[in-house]
Amino acid sequence: MGTLAEMLSTPLGVIEWFVYLLAAVMFVIGLHLMNSPKTARKGNMVSAIGMIFAVAMAFIVLFAGEISNGFKHSVAVVVLIVSIVIGAVAGVVSAKKVKMTDMPQLVSVFNTVGGGAAALVALNDILTSAETPSIVVLITAGLGIMIGSVTFSGSLIAAGKLQGIKWVKRLSLPGKGFWNILFVVLTVASFVMLCVQPNQRLLWSVLTTVFALCYGLVFVIPIGGADMPVVISVLNACTGTAVAMSGLAINNIALIVAGALVGAAGVTLSIAMSKAMNRPLLSVLAGGFGGSNSAAGAGEGPEGTMKETSADDLAVQLVYAEKVIFVPGFGLAQAQAQRELADLGTLLKDHGVEVSYAIHPVAGRMPGHMNVLLAEANVPYEELVDLDDINPQFPQSNVALVVGANDVTNPAARKPGTPVSGMPILDVDKAQNVVVMKRGRGTGYAGIQNELYFEDNTQMLFGDAKASLQAVIAAVKELIN
Amino acid sequence: MDIVVAITLFILALLIGVEVIGKVPATLHTPLMSGANSIHGIVIAGVVIVAAHATSPLAWVFIFLAAVLGTMNVVGGYVVTDRMLEMFKSDKGKKKEEEAK
Repeated sequence: MGTLAEMLSTPLGVIEWFVYLLAAVMFVIGLHLMNSPKTARKGNMVSAIGMIFAVAMAFIVLFAGEISNGFKHSVAVVVLIVSIVIGAVAGVVSAKKVKMTDMPQLVSVFNTVGGGAAALVALNDILTSAETPSIVVLITAGLGIMIGSVTFSGSLIAAGKLQGIKWVKRLSLPGKGFWNILFVVLTVASFVMLCVQPNQRLLWSVLTTVFALCYGLVFVIPIGGADMPVVISVLNACTGTAVAMSGLAINNIALIVAGALVGAAGVTLSIAMSKAMNRPLLSVLAGGFGGSNSAAGAGEGPEGTMKETSADDLAVQLVYAEKVIFVPGFGLAQAQAQRELADLGTLLKDHGVEVSYAIHPVAGRMPGHMNVLLAEANVPYEELVDLDDINPQFPQSNVALVVGANDVTNPAARKPGTPVSGMPILDVDKAQNVVVMKRGRGTGYAGIQNELYFEDNTQMLFGDAKASLQAVIAAVKELIN
Repeated sequence: MDIVVAITLFILALLIGVEVIGKVPATLHTPLMSGANSIHGIVIAGVVIVAAHATSPLAWVFIFLAAVLGTMNVVGGYVVTDRMLEMFKSDKGKKKEEEAK
């Protein structure tokens, strides 16, 4: 390590530098190829090959060093290889086994382990060097420890909540504002002490770690389930930043560039998500949507009667329609009915009906989650249409079929003064006929009744989405044959 | 490495990141996030680099934990992203597949 000139003083050092640069370039190209579903898989592959180059280069340098100094660190090398094998097996098994509905949890777990690893690299850098680290190392490694630890504990809680582990979901934090401020102050104070008192670095770095871990807990515990897409993005950005900070501490270009890319991705997606929910990013992170707002909104809302319909009626409407738009929400995934909806879509398409799927940006539990769930159910990606593109199409559609979506279809969002006001919605009510499949008469996450259900052109089909869809499919088949 | 150079690289990479990510359609946001997730698994290269200076048992513990976590992150991340992207098919792609059957 040392200065740039020292690093590049040997031929191996120069090669190392350029291999890491190549890896960084391949990460950028890989992300760039993700801009279309056609090339995205290739992009992931390019990025993975860049990763292999970078790790292989690190190993080559490690072994070259070991050969020249007579295998002084052979224990470390054995430990390293054993742990890489363990980690690789754990990674492959979890990646192969996970259900697509559980994807957000897995991403959260990977955030946890990535943040943890970054914090450990930084901690190691501060604690195990014989001489006192320079101020630059103290600051960058200290930041790596702080951000990495917050991500570690925060993502762990987020994963637990998403997985629906009961005691994690039940966790609550009275006086969350106090605890948040307390742990931020304690963490930053320990970090500052670490920088001014490097002789006591063991004490201060351990305290920084502990307080940052506590902050991660109190940061995520108060945040509700439907805000999770934003939280996961933010934590992803944090892991990236932690990795970049560790990269600054150990002078590695690959870590710096890769960490910055991930940080940028996390921030960009967080902002996109909070825009789609029409809430400032900071208010999402402050937690507590649904608390006071929903209590006020629960009693209000439209009065009137909901018209009910039957599976047979719906089948008739669908078969004789020219254009049908499906509006899936997370309720569809909870009922495990993606495949039934896709089958219904295929049936209608083969019968000559134009079918598209309207995807709201926050449908699902992480950004773009609904697209993955429908892709798994074999829906071609051309039929999945974004909010901005699908809204002008509703007036020309004969039937809009809403399955398991609620707040994102509420016309009340167009008026001021409701908890959903200003949120971008799907203009479902503008379709000629609307059929809503819903489990019960309850309200959505925002805690208010949906005005859509009382419109003249809306009919309700109550019951489990999977059973209802199966009934509709059977009825459609009878009509077609 | 001189810290000013490192910070310059960091900032430029951030800008590239924002530019590239902004072009990814919402359809692919989940695989994008999981792909970005695997990229931060680069921390494993950092673990390998610090292993070259590890002589104390404390350092071995750090390396063990960091390498298990980092490898899980990077390997699992790429595998699951590929699994997801494999499912994204166009209408034409599907027909071809059916014909192949």
